[in-house]
Amino acid sequence: MADTDHSPAQSPLLAEDEPTRRDVILVAAAGFAAVGAAAALWPLLDQMNPDQSALSVATTELDLADVDPGQAITVMWRGKPIFVRHRTDEEIAAAKAVPVDDLPDALARNANLPDDAPATDENRTTKGHEGFLIMIGICTHLGCIPKGQAPGDNKGDYDGWFCPCHGSQYDTAGRIRKGPAPQNLAIPPYAYTSDTKVKIG
Amino acid sequence: MAHASSYQPTSSFGQWLDARLPVGRVMHDQFMTFPTPRNLNYWWTFGGILTFMLAVQIATGVVLAMHYVPTPEGAFDSVETIMRDVNWGWLLRYSHAVGGSMFFLAAYIHTFRGLYYGSYKAPREVLWILGVLILLLMIATAFMGYSLVWGQMSFWAVTVITNLFSSLDAVIPGLGTKLVQWIWGGFAVGAPTLNRLFSLHYLFPFLIAGVVVLHIWALHVPGNNNPTGIDVKGPRDTVPFHPYYTIKDGFALLMFVLLFAVLLFYAPNLLGHSDNYIPANPLQTPPHIVPEWYFLPFYAVLRAIPNKLMGVIALISSIAILFFVPWLDTSKVRSTRYRPIYKWFFWVFVVTAIVLGYLGSQPPEGWYLIFGRIFTAYYFLFFLVVMPVVGLLEKPAKLPGSITESVLGPDEPLPLSVPKARQREQVL
Ligand code: HEM
Ligand code: FES
Repeated sequence: MADTDHSPAQSPLLAEDEPTRRDVILVAAAGFAAVGAAAALWPLLDQMNPDQSALSVATTELDLADVDPGQAITVMWRGKPIFVRHRTDEEIAAAKAVPVDDLPDALARNANLPDDAPATDENRTTKGHEGFLIMIGICTHLGCIPKGQAPGDNKGDYDGWFCPCHGSQYDTAGRIRKGPAPQNLAIPPYAYTSDTKVKIG
Repeated sequence: MAHASSYQPTSSFGQWLDARLPVGRVMHDQFMTFPTPRNLNYWWTFGGILTFMLAVQIATGVVLAMHYVPTPEGAFDSVETIMRDVNWGWLLRYSHAVGGSMFFLAAYIHTFRGLYYGSYKAPREVLWILGVLILLLMIATAFMGYSLVWGQMSFWAVTVITNLFSSLDAVIPGLGTKLVQWIWGGFAVGAPTLNRLFSLHYLFPFLIAGVVVLHIWALHVPGNNNPTGIDVKGPRDTVPFHPYYTIKDGFALLMFVLLFAVLLFYAPNLLGHSDNYIPANPLQTPPHIVPEWYFLPFYAVLRAIPNKLMGVIALISSIAILFFVPWLDTSKVRSTRYRPIYKWFFWVFVVTAIVLGYLGSQPPEGWYLIFGRIFTAYYFLFFLVVMPVVGLLEKPAKLPGSITESVLGPDEPLPLSVPKARQREQVL
């Protein structure tokens, strides 16, 4: 604020470093302009977020009646693949046999349960429908689509899913067991609307 | 370098304009008479080549954009339409695609030139930082351009690279996911993503052009470095930019364009991945996702680290570390020519960068992964340990007395006014 020295409005009685009225106006004006600029910037940034149409197409319905044990189908929800696998009894038993403490990610990652629910096999499915595993089919490492849905696919060491990109391996409950992925495959919000019909989202 | 202006407009219009907007004077002083060290070698010709390549990318890009359709349904087909139906479309698209590679080739040579000759050291730190900024903008631009083709590699490269930001979830839960959805404009890579990548791919080259102007400005304050790394001591050490370096740069550009033409006309797809001729399929990931060759070393660094967040930090650091080179290097001399110990570390670093490029193209398993880790470690050690420590310990070789002496030898008795090179030329 050195150049206020030349201000004719300044009283000669004021000490050198005392703020003048002009300083106050200057700071207030600059502050106001900064707030205005930030406010104007917000729409420019926020426009990039998912728009109303992206938010509105957010549910998908499917019928599981035709999916036999051992079969898997993939449907789309919000532009993401949803893996549905009708697990065999052996696959369910294999998933139940693993102690939760041995899992790299001990959380269920199930949008229908509290965030801290443990990654037990029960918490990865819905009560009464334990055969059906419904998950977002996107590797939690960097977003590739794991193999394991088609009959001939490499399902990895744990007979679940195998991500070709950097080798993450998921078990028959879609839980990460090996490789760089940090989390279990996510379970989307869904609900059974009848015995065989499911609404995702 | 500040020097007296010798610009004398002869026409009356020239004089009139000079008094109002002296562009002619600036051009004359900065690109005709600009005093330039007399000993610049061919490694100094890549700045001009880079400027040319930026112009090529902008010219071909703007015309491609007249035919390109930035939608998931239209993008791939519109690129094929450009290749098959648009008049000269094949030439324009291949020039742009191969041009991207040539641009990076020149940029990497230019950067290693700067590293070898210590062109980042005082008083050229700002010049160097602006160069690194251009490199970052180029990386962003080429990444976005590659996505526009909307082939399998385009799509999955965008998916994997944008997902890198989700690693921030490990710092603040939810932040990474929010950021990635903001980048995508949805819950997966899709139509909004492609459209914004196109918008920004169009914008960024012009940002680059702006930073290039600052880069050249920052060059013309201290003037060029040179292979000896010693300062210009007087007029005998320099020659005017024109005709000496316009000719040399022009010749080098011609050779470079020859290489460009060979690739363009005989092997336009040599450097690209064939999977990008398969239309994008969001439900199927290709067996190996590999980026374009110019990103491979960085990709190898990313994959060398087993932890997602740390991998991303290493990737970003591998480029960002260049910003700090002016302060990491503690040596008193600029040019590696006079640094008997550092020289070896430097060439090992060059080899490291090339080997990392190879490893980036291979699956990260077994020996590839082990070597990936070893070379990644050296990559960072070079900057963080070799640069500061060797600079302090090493005794530099004896520097020549002057730039002129380095060219003509110390014993030649010389007339003070006319450099030897020019005397010879007058005879011819
Ligand atoms: C810094 C300068 C630039 C670089 C490094 C660059 C790089 C690239 C790359 C690597 C591709 C993919 C090529 C392929 O595989 O087909 C591409 C595509 C494209 N670029 Fe650029 N670009 C630049 C400037 C521009 C400019 C100024 C425009 C103007 C709008 C533009 C428009 C396009 C279009 C429409 C495509 C898609 C068509 C195609 O694939 O050929 N580019 N760019
Ligand atoms: S994206 Fe699946 S392992 Fe990296």
